[in-house]
Amino acid sequence: MDFDFTDEQNMVRDGISRLIREEYDFDTRRKVIASESGWRPELWAQLAELGMLAAPFSEEDGGFGGATEAMIIMEEFGKGLAVEPFIPSVVCAGGALKHGGSAAQREEYIGGIISGEMIFAFAYAEPRGRYDLANLETTAKADGGDYVINGHKAVVIGAPWATHLVVTARTSGGQTDKDGVSVFVVDKAAQGVSTRDYATVDGRRASEVYFENVKVSGDALIGEADNGLPLIEKVVDEATAAVCAEAVGAMKVTNETTVDYSRQRKQFGTPIGSFQVLQHSMADMLMEYEQSVSMCYLATIKLDEDDATRKKNVSAAKVRIGQAARFIGQSAIQTHGGMGMTDELAVGSYFKRLSIIESEFGSVDHHMRRHIALTAG
Amino acid sequence: MNLEFSEEEKAFRAEVREFIENNYPQDIGTRGVQDEMSREDLLAWHKILGKKGWSTPAWPKEYGGTDWTPTQRYIWGEENARMNTVMPLPFGVAMVAPVIYTFGNEEQKAQHLPGIRSGDVWWCQGYSEPGAGSDLASLKTTAVRDGDDYIINGQKTWTTLAQHADWGFFLCRTDPDAPKPQMGISFILVDMKTPGIEVRPIKLIDGGHEVNEVWLTDVRVPATNLIGEENKGWTYAKFLLAHERSGIAGVARSKRGVEQLKEIAAAEMLDGKPLIEDMGFAQKISQLEIDLSALEITELRTLAGEQAGKGPGPESSLLKVKGTEIQQRLTELTLEAVGHYGAPDFRSFPDDGSNDFPIGPDYAHHAAPTYFNMRKTSIYGGSNEIQRNIITKMILGL
Repeated sequence: MDFDFTDEQNMVRDGISRLIREEYDFDTRRKVIASESGWRPELWAQLAELGMLAAPFSEEDGGFGGATEAMIIMEEFGKGLAVEPFIPSVVCAGGALKHGGSAAQREEYIGGIISGEMIFAFAYAEPRGRYDLANLETTAKADGGDYVINGHKAVVIGAPWATHLVVTARTSGGQTDKDGVSVFVVDKAAQGVSTRDYATVDGRRASEVYFENVKVSGDALIGEADNGLPLIEKVVDEATAAVCAEAVGAMKVTNETTVDYSRQRKQFGTPIGSFQVLQHSMADMLMEYEQSVSMCYLATIKLDEDDATRKKNVSAAKVRIGQAARFIGQSAIQTHGGMGMTDELAVGSYFKRLSIIESEFGSVDHHMRRHIALTAG
Repeated sequence: MNLEFSEEEKAFRAEVREFIENNYPQDIGTRGVQDEMSREDLLAWHKILGKKGWSTPAWPKEYGGTDWTPTQRYIWGEENARMNTVMPLPFGVAMVAPVIYTFGNEEQKAQHLPGIRSGDVWWCQGYSEPGAGSDLASLKTTAVRDGDDYIINGQKTWTTLAQHADWGFFLCRTDPDAPKPQMGISFILVDMKTPGIEVRPIKLIDGGHEVNEVWLTDVRVPATNLIGEENKGWTYAKFLLAHERSGIAGVARSKRGVEQLKEIAAAEMLDGKPLIEDMGFAQKISQLEIDLSALEITELRTLAGEQAGKGPGPESSLLKVKGTEIQQRLTELTLEAVGHYGAPDFRSFPDDGSNDFPIGPDYAHHAAPTYFNMRKTSIYGGSNEIQRNIITKMILGL
């Protein structure tokens, strides 16, 4: 049994946590998310310089780690509510390329991701697909050696900042068939790609992305044609584990903030932290957090096992962490009283991020259903 | 035991329904966290009701009440919820007016009650202060007598829709040396245009502006604006809070919310079937409906007791706790139901004057802000923790 991190992993933690601490105080974040661009490209460059964008990649791809490094980084992102597109670019697109990309694609694109020169968004969700990764109305039709993509992708996180997209599309079969899904790299500037950009309620930026007869060459295909679903499932599981880690970081700060507030805030002549009903609530928040840390580790550790084991554990983690995110977020607001409802205190922003994480890469219900399907019989 | 409404009550319901259908201005929006409605929109239905004599059904007949029974008033509330009307704001009609007609003098009644009935005068509530939330008695705003005036200094907070208010009712400390914090507080009416009043918006986590800070610096108001006796304000404040809590269960509005949730769940697809046919999600909706039925019957039992002459007692705490829990669960399920399209912030789209947001289904746009906003319901009006304290003390005797 060993829950310790290697020296190298501890260095990653130190590096990212210092950066978040120094660069991500709450007032700065507030200004950044309200600014026109909504993020800090210069911080992305700093992340690249520190090697953070290389952390989840193997040495042969120019990196030095894997899922544990991604977990460490996202936990710190969660503590600072960082909005930079680490999950879309590094975990999702990077994951698709490292597991499915050709040598040439890996060299070109993973190199670009690591250096920070290329920023990817992951266009997998669709307006009516809910969390079913195979339910695709977007099509990619073979045209000689090329493909022509048509469709509409929903709520593509980080797309306004992206230079490239990883896109899922149907190359054959019916709308929900497991076969016939393919994955492509598309330059965001390609002819026929258009976006509608907007902010999200938790302070990030996203786009609706439309493809109208977007022509890509056969080289744009990641992995096998028609057999992209297993690849995408693996990538989404890695992203799910990463967002679980982000939730854990956000929960930690939420809990600490709540305990601090309960010590300072007085009602009826005494700190509210002396009221037993709030003490028990905060004890429950702590227990929810610790269980979440455990499930986050479990999901991360099992990412490289066989498909069924990976899926079962990732779903278990997302169920538990989705529930904990709701409990901790709501309890934190309740304990802060009216002040928790204001935009002024950070706790509201943590609550909002935790609320959206609940459904990101699949809601509690979705993962419960998948867990049932994998464990039944 | 009979859960049926009487023939008279059914006829009353039909009359109410017909009036709303024929008279409710269809061009105004719905009040909610989503759209900041104009003062005119918020008052439009109030003014129509004022002319009909239905804006103040709960008042005594002599001041313009309707003599409706509690059951009729319940039916009235239900029919308005069914039509999702923008009801008269409670600050004038349900809060300050009962204080004025119960404890005010004749001049005060004559000056203030007509404007409240007609909807011409907008009131706001100056109770809460920073540092004095559920512990209201610890308030610090002072009113010092100076000749024929009081001079008020202090800061109020959570003042709902004060940006539109003509008048406010304020709790102020008039005797700082009183032996208990509840003593030495006075209930004073303040014209919001008086020099020295500054209303500053508080931005909430849903992005909206519905509450404010009100700063009072040397605000000089005539001593004739004092309600009742000096230093007896706590009595009037408690009387008012009892009125505030009635109707807080929100059963009728929640019923309508469940219908909307079902419409969303019927439109959203899961595995090629409507979400509402998914056993897991269907169970959650059913649980909500079952709990809502229990709350509704409990409210009707309270109502029957009230009709038999028993005033609303600590059971109103139960209605508040269970009612707000259901309201919150409803917003959680609605956010769950809309899936990915819960995340976009509709406020980030340019306001081009049209109501068409460019992405996702219409019903998704307000799911997240409503969920965020409704967290307030277990905090305001005496937090749910405080309500449970009241239940343990007043009902259980612990």
